[in-house]
Amino acid sequence: MSVQPGMFGDFQDRLRTNRLAMAGAVVVLVLVAVALLAPLVAPDDPNRIDVDAILLPPGPDHLFGTDELGRDVLSRMIYGARVSLEVGIVSAGIATLVGVLLGALAGYYGGWVEALIMRFVDIMLCFPTFFLILAVIAMLEPNILNIMAVIGLTSWMGVARLVRAEFLSLKERDYVTAARSLGAGDLRIIFRHILPNAMAPVLVAATLGVAGAILTESGLSFLGLGVQPPLASWGNILSQGKANIEIAWWLSLFPGLAILVTVLAYNLLGEGIRDALDPRLR
Amino acid sequence: MLKYLAKRLAMMVPLLIGITFISFVVMHLAPGSPVDLATTLNPKVSEIAMERLTKIYGLDKPVYEQYWNWLQRLAVLDFGRSFAPDGRPVLDKIAERLPITITINLLSLMLVLVVAVPIGVYSATHQGSVFDQATTVFVFVGFATPTFWLALLCMTLFGVHLGWLPISGIKSLDHAQMSWLGQLGDYARHLFLPVVVSAIGGLAGMSRYMRANMLEAVRQDYITTARAKGLSEVAVIYRHAMRNAMMPVITILGLSLPALIGGSVIFESIFAINGVGKLFYDAVMARDYPLVMGGLVLGAVLTLVGNLLADVSYGLADPRVRAS
Amino acid sequence: MFLAAVWLVAGPVSAATAADTGGGIIIGTIGDATSMIPMITSDSASHEMSGYCYNGLLKYDRDLKLVGDLAQSWEVSPDGLTITFHLRRGVVFHDGKPYTSADALFNYRFMVNPKTPTAYSGDYLQVAKAEAPDPYTFRVTYKEPYAPGLASWTLPQMPAHLLRGVDVRKSPLNRHPIGTGPYRFKSWRPGAQVVLTYFDRYFRGRPYLDQVIYRVIPDMATLFLELRSGGVDWMGLTALQYRRQTNTPFFKRHYRKYRYPSSSYTYLGYNLRDPRFQDKRVRQALSYAIDKKEIIKGVLLGLGQVATGPYKPGTEWYNPKVRRYPYDPARARELLKAAGWSDHDGDGWLDKEGRRFEFVLMTNQGNQARTNTAVIIQHRLAKIGVKVDIRVIEWSAFVTEFINKGRFEAIVLGWTIPPDPDLFDVWHSSNIGPGKLNMTAYRNPELDRLLERARRTFDPARRKAYLDRVQVIMAEDQPYTFLYVPDALPVVHARFKGIVPAPAGISYDFIRWWVPKALQRHSLTR
Repeated sequence: MSVQPGMFGDFQDRLRTNRLAMAGAVVVLVLVAVALLAPLVAPDDPNRIDVDAILLPPGPDHLFGTDELGRDVLSRMIYGARVSLEVGIVSAGIATLVGVLLGALAGYYGGWVEALIMRFVDIMLCFPTFFLILAVIAMLEPNILNIMAVIGLTSWMGVARLVRAEFLSLKERDYVTAARSLGAGDLRIIFRHILPNAMAPVLVAATLGVAGAILTESGLSFLGLGVQPPLASWGNILSQGKANIEIAWWLSLFPGLAILVTVLAYNLLGEGIRDALDPRLR
Repeated sequence: MLKYLAKRLAMMVPLLIGITFISFVVMHLAPGSPVDLATTLNPKVSEIAMERLTKIYGLDKPVYEQYWNWLQRLAVLDFGRSFAPDGRPVLDKIAERLPITITINLLSLMLVLVVAVPIGVYSATHQGSVFDQATTVFVFVGFATPTFWLALLCMTLFGVHLGWLPISGIKSLDHAQMSWLGQLGDYARHLFLPVVVSAIGGLAGMSRYMRANMLEAVRQDYITTARAKGLSEVAVIYRHAMRNAMMPVITILGLSLPALIGGSVIFESIFAINGVGKLFYDAVMARDYPLVMGGLVLGAVLTLVGNLLADVSYGLADPRVRAS
Repeated sequence: MFLAAVWLVAGPVSAATAADTGGGIIIGTIGDATSMIPMITSDSASHEMSGYCYNGLLKYDRDLKLVGDLAQSWEVSPDGLTITFHLRRGVVFHDGKPYTSADALFNYRFMVNPKTPTAYSGDYLQVAKAEAPDPYTFRVTYKEPYAPGLASWTLPQMPAHLLRGVDVRKSPLNRHPIGTGPYRFKSWRPGAQVVLTYFDRYFRGRPYLDQVIYRVIPDMATLFLELRSGGVDWMGLTALQYRRQTNTPFFKRHYRKYRYPSSSYTYLGYNLRDPRFQDKRVRQALSYAIDKKEIIKGVLLGLGQVATGPYKPGTEWYNPKVRRYPYDPARARELLKAAGWSDHDGDGWLDKEGRRFEFVLMTNQGNQARTNTAVIIQHRLAKIGVKVDIRVIEWSAFVTEFINKGRFEAIVLGWTIPPDPDLFDVWHSSNIGPGKLNMTAYRNPELDRLLERARRTFDPARRKAYLDRVQVIMAEDQPYTFLYVPDALPVVHARFKGIVPAPAGISYDFIRWWVPKALQRHSLTR
């Protein structure tokens, strides 16, 4: 199913009445705002070490307690939002870009191009994704750029399949035949005519992709293969939580909750978009 | 059907070669070698010792030669020996850790099916109800929860503070002294948390999927026909709609095959379970090439076989697909 | 009072003879062994778990002095070239076969055989000739006098009759070791546990404890939980566990914790090929700018001491009379200014000839203490205007790409402090090069001469004189900023008696640990 005129207004209405999706959207917006305004919002310098204040529980000075080096956890979590969102959005962006490109080419040209690309998709899908990411990051070097690139380059397969499926059905449409008979080149047809109509499921996949990337990044940070110190990330605060599981519950609870809420928000939003785009519901 | 099968099986070979080649190259391009862990930064290790070790592992040959050697042995199902100092056959090392990983994944999968399918069906048939909305939120939360975090929290709560469940391993120290029933109970208590925690994510996905399929199935014409014929609601839902909605679930099962042997290293180190996840993580860190390659090949084969099974069973179940 | 008097008269000797045999101990460990033939592995777990199955010709006593184990006595020839070991009689392997000099000779040949996949052949390759003139004499002759060689004869002795002519990697001894040690191997569930049971014909007498069970639990927090619930009897605590989780009345009643300096130190190493670090004043300044006490407080919670050189404080080789670098940021700035570094452009960072003083500090992934140390160093150096960027890199990549190729600026790493004081491999200028251990490329001719001389003499007094001067030079030159020596923090269940902390730790006399009959657990089931 693809977009037809007049649907956008319907789409917006349907999305707005979906309360869960709206809640998700609000949370996402708040998070983005917090991340952007981190220096203004954070009560303390996230990197200020205080060896006399190691692993203090939440209190008036430190609302979320302190970590192994006496740094304020709340401030670190606010700056950590930056990392999570940055990795999430950029990775999902890379994955979407690559997936759309390959899927479009496969779907439009068919033949050996499609066969080659889809076999490549099959091969990539055979790898256990997290393990592959872990191996590559471990061997290259953990830093935020590598992480974004690797997560992006290992999660494009779903989008590619989606886009290819869309293209298979769309390329037989009248407006495509019309454009072709008017002399439009292949690339123009792909990007100006078919692609805009195929974007709907891609939008859903991208939104859900952000959630997945955030989870993956937190897993990597948890294992010690995430962003470089002293950068704060929700995952690496959690790994301190694991090491100090009995004496510092705040290091486990808060970042975990933050990840949960963020991923949940993105999932709800993505699902909401999917429901709103499906003309067969209600 | 047979022709289709044959074609698919033939397709698997080039795919496998592609997978193994890419993995091999990636592993070798990355810096570091298996000799490092054993030798570096150790004052007692001499240069001669390092050279000897390199020769013994065949690491002084060019990459393509190493790959070709490995592939030749693979053709006769010889996965080679691990580069770790124990030098045991790769298959032995993997086989040793597989049972527990498979057990946990299988139990988890069964739990997911048993819980998710009814939830999905009920949500679909009572769309918009309080149950539907509540379970939607619940499964979404489950989906969004990082499993390792949940594992930590559960372990602290049930293991440490309440003391109801053991906190690590798969059996107690005096397991061997227990009666047959006691041993079963011991396994159950140890596996309870890992299985439940790893099921939570899958639960969310599966129940949503089931719900979507049921919703789709219920809108079909044959349902309206069935209702018009005057069939009871129960018959409509359970005999007609569900059977059709179940089919994609079969696909999912087939696709879950490779996941059965996949172990999560994070999970396993939290619960001190000796599974394949930690095996491969350590192998990557130690650049234990034969072991990593063995695991990747196994995973890839299972994925391909799983896909094939899923497609075939879908074809068997749905006559429309068969005809095409 | 009366009882105390009795004890005074009777003394600890009678306490020992009153020991009960029986019971078992569960030792918790993070890593699993890879093989039970220790010399072809390099992980500490393999060495530890097979340790009680073997003996060497020599061993270390409670004061870290070399004493005879399988060798009853030994002598070094006057020219320092030959060591003759006189072996004990009546020693048997776990399978009943006798231990003779033929085994000692075999083990030596095993280590120098090119086909043996061992990383430790270095010391044995210094031997020119090895002989076994009679079943209880083993003699080795070196090419030159080689003092560290003596320590190499703590080599675990394996049975020649089971390994002769066999490919060691395929030998069943990898999974089921046979040695002469106080415990014989019973079973190994890979990744889960190793079980050892007492050897009744051990030449020093049967160990009191019936069995030793190693349990593999890969996570410190889980391991500690197991300790508390009785699943583990002995483990090494982290600083946090020691300080914050082991002070309840319950804990104090049921467990004993110990604390003594461990045999390792952590340091910040500078790449002396980098022109910025070639000026001694810069290195000294950085040492003044880093507050080592703060690091000990932050990373070790105070459970450690400042390191001033490559030896452990309190041991015989340690020289306390060396230059020290207490935290003094003003002095640091002065020194840096004298070396040309000040904040010329007012941006808060020091610079020289237009270049900001900024360097990359690397350490390996998987060691939170080192990472935290690096973060504290970064924090302190920022206060005097030096910018530090931290890169945490996975071990194998770290070593091949950065260390071995000399492509680093500064690193935070650690060394173990072996009982033998030979420093040649790490500090001599001949060991600068790819894959060699003088990673910082430190070159000091006087130091080189002293290290060479210290190696070639067996006289402890002369060795000490040379090595004392070595420490003075190092403290002045600061090729490393020596950071800290952490404390070892073992904890053992209170039911075990006979544990006496000493410079060698607590396990040097493990075969004399015992448990009163009424408190015994994990006895052997018949």
